[in-house]
Amino acid sequence: MESYLFLMHVYVFVLALFVGFELITKVPPTLHTPLMSGSNAISGITIVGAILSAGLEQFTISTILGMVAVIFAMINVVGGFLVTDRMLKMFKKPSRSGLPGSKTGSDGK
Amino acid sequence: MRIAIEITYLVSSIFFIFGIKFLGSPKTARKGNLFAAIGMFMAIVATLLDQEVLTYEWIIIGAVIGSAVGLVLAYKTPMTGMPQMVGMLNGFGGGASTLVALAEYFRLNPNYPVDTGLPFNLPIDTGIAIVLSLLIGGVTFTGSMIAFGKLQGIVTGKVVKYPLQHPLNLFLILLVLAGGVFMLLNPSNIPVVLIITFISLVLGVLLVLPIGGADMPVAISLLNSYSGLAGATTGFVLGNNVLIIAGALVGASGIILTNIMCKAMNRSLMNVVMGGWASAGSEGPAPESKTHKGTAKSIDAEELAMLLDGVSSVIVVPGYGMAVGQAQHAVRDLMNVLEKKGINFRFAIHPVAGRMPGHMNVLLAEAQVPYDKMLAMEDINDDFPNTDVVIVIGANDVVNPAARHDKSSPIYGMPILNVDYAKTVIINKRSMNVGYAGIDNELFFYPNALMYFGDSKEAMSKLVHELKAL
Repeated sequence: MESYLFLMHVYVFVLALFVGFELITKVPPTLHTPLMSGSNAISGITIVGAILSAGLEQFTISTILGMVAVIFAMINVVGGFLVTDRMLKMFKKPSRSGLPGSKTGSDGK
Repeated sequence: MRIAIEITYLVSSIFFIFGIKFLGSPKTARKGNLFAAIGMFMAIVATLLDQEVLTYEWIIIGAVIGSAVGLVLAYKTPMTGMPQMVGMLNGFGGGASTLVALAEYFRLNPNYPVDTGLPFNLPIDTGIAIVLSLLIGGVTFTGSMIAFGKLQGIVTGKVVKYPLQHPLNLFLILLVLAGGVFMLLNPSNIPVVLIITFISLVLGVLLVLPIGGADMPVAISLLNSYSGLAGATTGFVLGNNVLIIAGALVGASGIILTNIMCKAMNRSLMNVVMGGWASAGSEGPAPESKTHKGTAKSIDAEELAMLLDGVSSVIVVPGYGMAVGQAQHAVRDLMNVLEKKGINFRFAIHPVAGRMPGHMNVLLAEAQVPYDKMLAMEDINDDFPNTDVVIVIGANDVVNPAARHDKSSPIYGMPILNVDYAKTVIINKRSMNVGYAGIDNELFFYPNALMYFGDSKEAMSKLVHELKAL
């Protein structure tokens, strides 16, 4: 029964891999860095496991490991999403209107 | 409650999927990042409500410290420091996976901290997941830290070779796997688990240390993929689908980016991971530079300004040198001056220019260059023959024509920007030194090539000054 559950997880993993491949086959090079840092922030999902470990009832080595894991994952999550947003804010929309002056269309910044 | 939590996890998985999808287009990228962040927030809240979570003080302490560090890093890091930042964040994700796997092992072990004498029935699937989580997480953690060190200049950016490199790494991987089997047979043996962890950490150092600066885009995107896979293996340890899904998505996107980078260098992933260009390793002018008998001609700012005054199209090719010199703002000024003269001004960006995928784009975006001015290699390569002047700023190997015709060159076959087809090529470099691949660039000796020596920022500012003075 347990191995059946494990197999279901493998199912989910493989299907999610395919979804991942389908989602991002075509990314303009402009977005390579934000995609990387944004997806990197998503990999901070380990925070879920970290919380479960740090929140155990009894204080053991697992609690300490869990707490450090919470720190690491939280740096990953907070730092990742914020820095990605900071980067994306800079990406200026195309300004096709003739000659762009030095700082026209200052949306974003 | 269990069901509500699981449904929340499902919803956050959907947010991750849309987040990554939206990150793939410039118009929706910001929204995509926001979606992913919302997904993360929901997953965290759901987990906090899990009945397994009984004490909150350690979580809160950890979350406060982590958030504060993340916040500072996100806002204090200059855009030129982005490759290091991304590298380091990858590492923290991997480190968290290792720690969670260890924590879970100790939680499941009935003989820790006191030997109860109870049998430790570690399910084989959980055991495998723990070993993989320790391995991938550990490699990601130390590997990313070495990558960070290399990009920050703490660790040498050169190709580092050590004796028995490949046999040693293979041996260590086998050792981890053997340790894993041993652990499955004797789950209570704590030292084995610690040894597996330790070897994985060492392996990360040994695998990334040999990778040279120019290969960093591949290394960073590969580590990005690993950080996702580490998260997924942690998901297997905990039997948690949201970790598995999110980890798989990140793993897949990292693999795609890695693949793009490898293609852009015409090298297999194996070749990059094994470390170094065939003939690389030495700094300074390559000995075979004598094959070029001609001398490179040079040009100064004033002459260059006059040359640019009468042309109709200019393409700038930025490279790592622009990042080092922080010349992106000066280059933007150059763009403004030339566009005011009615010149068709564009950027041609090689996929592996810089130290991470999209490195040049981020720097130019910081300098408020609109993204439609930055053209990818395949979109602009046919335009070089019709271009009056190409200005190469701190790039070298990605414009080396030897890649097209010289079968003996280590970069032979690598797709390059065909700058030599333009009427005139200006190469801004600090000196005649070789690029990071450690090979000579025959482009400098071409009849239509002119060297414009100087620090990239200074050189561009001077040029802008001269152009304005005309």
